[in-house]
Amino acid sequence: MDKPFAITLDPGSSLANHTGSWRTKKPVYLDRLPPCNNACPAGENIQGWLFHAESGDYEKAWRVLTLDNPFPSIMGRVCYHPCESACNRGQLDSPVGINSVERFLGDEAIKRGWKFDAPAASTGKEVLIVGAGPSGLSAAYHLARLGHSVEIHDAGPLSGGMMRFGIPKYRLPRDVLDAEVARILKLGVTLKLNTKVANIEDSMRAGNFDAAFLAVGAHIGKRAFIPAGDAAHIVDAISVLRSMEGEDKPMLGRRVVVYGGGNTAIDVARTAKRLGATDAIIVYRRTREKMPAHDFEVEEALQEGIMIKWLSTIKQADEGMLTLEKMKLDDKGFPQPTGEFETMAADSLVLALGQDVDLSLLQGVSGLEISDGVVKVGPNMMTGHQGIFAGGDMVPSERTVTVGVGHGKKAARHIDAWLRNTTYEPAAKHEPVDFKMLNTWYYSDAPKTLRPMLDAIRRQSSFDEVQGGLDETNALFEARRCLSCGNCFECDNCYGVCPDNAVIKLGPGKRFLFNYDYCKGCGMCVAECPCGAIKMVAEDI
Amino acid sequence: MLKQIEGSRAVAEAIALCRPEVICAYPISPQTHIVEALGEMVKSEKLAPCEFINVESEFAAMSVAIGASATGARAYTATASQGLLFMVEAVYNASGLGLPIVMTVANRAIGAPINIWNDHSDSLSQRDSGWMQLFAETNQEALDLHIQAFKLAEELSLPVMVCMDGFILTHAYEQVDMPTQQQVDAYLQPYEPRQVLDPREPVSIGAMVGPEAFMEVRYLAHAKQMQALERIPQLAAEFKQIFGRDTGGLVHTYRAEDAETIVVAMGSVLGTIKDTVDEMRDDGHKIGVLGITSFRPFPLAQVRAALQNAKRVVVLEKSLAVGIGGILSTDVRMALSGLQLHGYTVVAGLGGRAITRKSLHKLFREAQQDTLQQLTFLDLDWDVVNKQLARERAVRRSGPAAENMLRDIGTVASKIA
Amino acid sequence: MPFQPIKFYQTGTFTVGNRLLKPEDRSVQSHRDRSNAINSGHRACQGCGEALGARYALDAAMEATGSQLIAANATGCLEVFTTPYPETSWQLPWMHSLFGNAAAVATGIAAALKVKGRSEVRVVAQGGDGGTTDIGFGCLSGMFERNDDVLYICYDNEAYMNTGVQRSSATPPAARTATTMPVGPNPGNEFGQGKFVPAIAMAHEIPYVATATVADLRDLEAKVKRAMEFRGARYIHILVPCPLGWGTASHDTIHIARLAHETGLFPVFEAEHGVQVSALPIRKQLPVEEYLKPQKRFAHLFGAKPKLDVIARIQERADRNIRKYGMVQREEVL
Repeated sequence: MDKPFAITLDPGSSLANHTGSWRTKKPVYLDRLPPCNNACPAGENIQGWLFHAESGDYEKAWRVLTLDNPFPSIMGRVCYHPCESACNRGQLDSPVGINSVERFLGDEAIKRGWKFDAPAASTGKEVLIVGAGPSGLSAAYHLARLGHSVEIHDAGPLSGGMMRFGIPKYRLPRDVLDAEVARILKLGVTLKLNTKVANIEDSMRAGNFDAAFLAVGAHIGKRAFIPAGDAAHIVDAISVLRSMEGEDKPMLGRRVVVYGGGNTAIDVARTAKRLGATDAIIVYRRTREKMPAHDFEVEEALQEGIMIKWLSTIKQADEGMLTLEKMKLDDKGFPQPTGEFETMAADSLVLALGQDVDLSLLQGVSGLEISDGVVKVGPNMMTGHQGIFAGGDMVPSERTVTVGVGHGKKAARHIDAWLRNTTYEPAAKHEPVDFKMLNTWYYSDAPKTLRPMLDAIRRQSSFDEVQGGLDETNALFEARRCLSCGNCFECDNCYGVCPDNAVIKLGPGKRFLFNYDYCKGCGMCVAECPCGAIKMVAEDI
Repeated sequence: MLKQIEGSRAVAEAIALCRPEVICAYPISPQTHIVEALGEMVKSEKLAPCEFINVESEFAAMSVAIGASATGARAYTATASQGLLFMVEAVYNASGLGLPIVMTVANRAIGAPINIWNDHSDSLSQRDSGWMQLFAETNQEALDLHIQAFKLAEELSLPVMVCMDGFILTHAYEQVDMPTQQQVDAYLQPYEPRQVLDPREPVSIGAMVGPEAFMEVRYLAHAKQMQALERIPQLAAEFKQIFGRDTGGLVHTYRAEDAETIVVAMGSVLGTIKDTVDEMRDDGHKIGVLGITSFRPFPLAQVRAALQNAKRVVVLEKSLAVGIGGILSTDVRMALSGLQLHGYTVVAGLGGRAITRKSLHKLFREAQQDTLQQLTFLDLDWDVVNKQLARERAVRRSGPAAENMLRDIGTVASKIA
Repeated sequence: MPFQPIKFYQTGTFTVGNRLLKPEDRSVQSHRDRSNAINSGHRACQGCGEALGARYALDAAMEATGSQLIAANATGCLEVFTTPYPETSWQLPWMHSLFGNAAAVATGIAAALKVKGRSEVRVVAQGGDGGTTDIGFGCLSGMFERNDDVLYICYDNEAYMNTGVQRSSATPPAARTATTMPVGPNPGNEFGQGKFVPAIAMAHEIPYVATATVADLRDLEAKVKRAMEFRGARYIHILVPCPLGWGTASHDTIHIARLAHETGLFPVFEAEHGVQVSALPIRKQLPVEEYLKPQKRFAHLFGAKPKLDVIARIQERADRNIRKYGMVQREEVL
């Protein structure tokens, strides 16, 4: 075309005009730390595995999840999911049901027979792990994947530690536990049951181990002094729960009183109910608000007909009868005796006042520091004795399965480094993403999908699992409620909203780039990024 | 083929022979009969393919033509007077963008006072708009000039106004020789746009041009009109080859060979002037005529050549540049710069005032005697004008001039009194 | 148990794209091969809503027509910032003629295409609110009533921005412009003036009329696509905030447009043959203050002594819109 001078121009020729020079601030992409990941005691990359679950690639999701935690099926049942408490979506409607998706993934893995990837090349190093509970198994799993030879010694007759002997099967069916433990053992981990380590140094020497990880559970029930008649039937909670795993079920009678306010108290009361108690009554010295047990467990217990006697202590136990003293809370919230007494009929009294760890295997080991019944460890989980690491209930920490699993992972990484004569430096944490950094307009309103609950009548009479799982459709839905806080999920918003076409879309999985030749620095991409994965930084001028 | 038809009809048929593709129509006298006829031809599919668009204003008419022309369609519209003024912004735009639109201007006065009759105020107001302006003396010439106009416009990518006197030509039934379609097709090739809106080759038309290039763009518009000065006579010659008629060109002289006095004019009044000159020649007066066909581009050299041997030049124009006098005469004077000629500007026929042979005889004789005012208003009623001037001097609020003067004449007074 | 079938994926339909959607369900703007009808290097201000809205609309139109599209453009910011000699940002055949004649130029283009038998090529005319609701209104109405085969898109930023923020007939009441300063007994633009061209377009009973904002890309694209399914005159009126003229942060352009709809001040709906056929429901209705406060053009309503009476009148407008166009808050989930 013979174009008239100046008034008719070639298409798209404005590319010659680099408007990037107008800019005083520029946008940059970044990954921020989502609150779920930040809150997870096991250090799971929750946003990361939900990302794959969202697209229906459950196996990929499971593989990403199990890089940090080999027990998704167990976690999906027993974890108290601090991730959900931290979830930003809680400020929008209700938190993402992370725990239920995790369980779905774990159950899918068992159903489909997914296996872990083969371990790395053998390092020739051997590690002894004491205790086949969550922490020990977790460490074994990670060490095995890192190429170390692992042997677990456990005093008990079955694997799982407190997961089996402390958690009732209506919360954690044993086939689930067995499946996830078996998968770890398939990595080549040796498990020696009924093998109590009497002295760790002896055992290490005998087995020629290069390092040890101690992960003995708190299996010893704490006793409180309660004046009792000879005929009074007093047992401790952890023994009751443990005996549930044997042939002879505990005999607790028709009217069972449980003393304590933790999760174990709830577990044992609900177990008693299932064993046929007409009345299972928890006696607790403070109020519901002060109770350490998780509220949803208290609620489930109440639904099942468990009764709770608040603000009471047990002063005397006699055959078939307990004497209680009423308490009141003082200004600081501590219970104080009132001098008012009452009696309560009881066939048995179960004490659920906490547990201790048997530390006898540490006798004579040099360099250790023990206080309040637990072993001190450094930031690398190593005790004061070179090559001996410890975690789980043995070290000062909250005692949950998830914390134990986290300790196992952390210890494994440090043991690996220690064995290689290096130190493990965890990757620097990304800056956390706050709810205010999100543009939640872009998320459609979708309430949390509730998991099906077992009918209340059946719950009182059987040990069937109380809480059901999600099916595929609602698990997918639940996964897709994730806001992907702080991490690009390729929604194309930045690419779309840039008035200057200054965002380059690299294609699936490759995210985006800014074209700073044209970016004028308006900041629209930052404002309209749903998940807070872009920020403005000052331009060097 | 010879036909006795109305000028508008003749022009409409000639336009149709040019195979226009988009015609925009908005009614304003005295051009309406042209677009009415074209509308009927399109509606009856005698003229096809062609889109006839009844627009809502002259501004839209020119705008639609701009869009159509830029998309490669041969576009045509017609207007007059207020209509031309209403479309002015788009008139300039069409030429600025170099779009070869052809428009008939059925010349008519501009109000106020509103007046539907003929003079040249409308198209002359657009003398700097960048359009070429060709003036027709007769209906035959009007018809022929439209055919030439499309060819001229499209060759140069510039729009052309074909100007014909409203009513005097548009509504006059005369004999015309209507060309055949074969003749027109042989003369006028299909429109090949210089620039076109087409997804196959996208361009941006109508960029904003700043000080760095605006002068050049404007110069190029001027250069193109200078090219037209060469091309217009050639087109007339080519026209003659096919149609056998002398039509078009830049200027035409009449009995001017030895003339001491030459009358310069445009449009249909040339007929009356020529009749008068014939009579005066019979009486032995050395008087001749210069008819200007191409007002834009203005053929300075040709006008100078035609006039340089005369003693005096009388420019008789149907337009008035209020505050100075003539419009055409200013351009003629420029052509004569440096020559010692007596020059007279005669403003005549405004708003349809009849220009009679009797008045012209008197006028030309005064000119020959050099007793003519430099600026003369032909047949002005001085009595009425002076009364009004006196009234305005006496009374601040002396009322509307037009009504006052009509009352003086008696036209209104008889009804009111 | 409460359970909702999956209507929307993770982010619903509000984001530009979504890896979880089928490619055909993604927005045009999410495509790597989108037309970018306006290329980079244009000279619009930072965060320009009009640049964004025009690319949204034209890319969608180009997608709908297989890039067989020609645009006529009125004078205004959009024209000036895209085509200063020697560069143009437009990637489609595009023409600028005058301020007030875009609709008529488009008519001419459409007529030329028709007569040349190129019905596959479609025509868009576009302009700002000044070029549409004021100076270009005659040509627009003419194009409507003749039912010419043109989609006219008005990018409404509620004042003459190109000339320095003067009032147009689309300027809302109380807004400060350079010709409606916040002084005197009735500061800002007058109440009871102005016109809403979408309603006037509907009165022409043309095949399709719609309004949209740059805040809801999916809605905007769907409307452009729908418009292209009709032949004849069509009109889409898009609210495009102007950071400069409205006194808002450059990153807030979409946010402000969203608030215009969520408060009810800008009704988003579509109509066919003069009858309203849909309204974009408000997700979470907000008081008009939320929309007014971030804009400096309404700053005179706030400060130490907020003009509650004026704000109440603006709220009445919003409430009236919501009733009139049925923009009721949808029950998104049960």
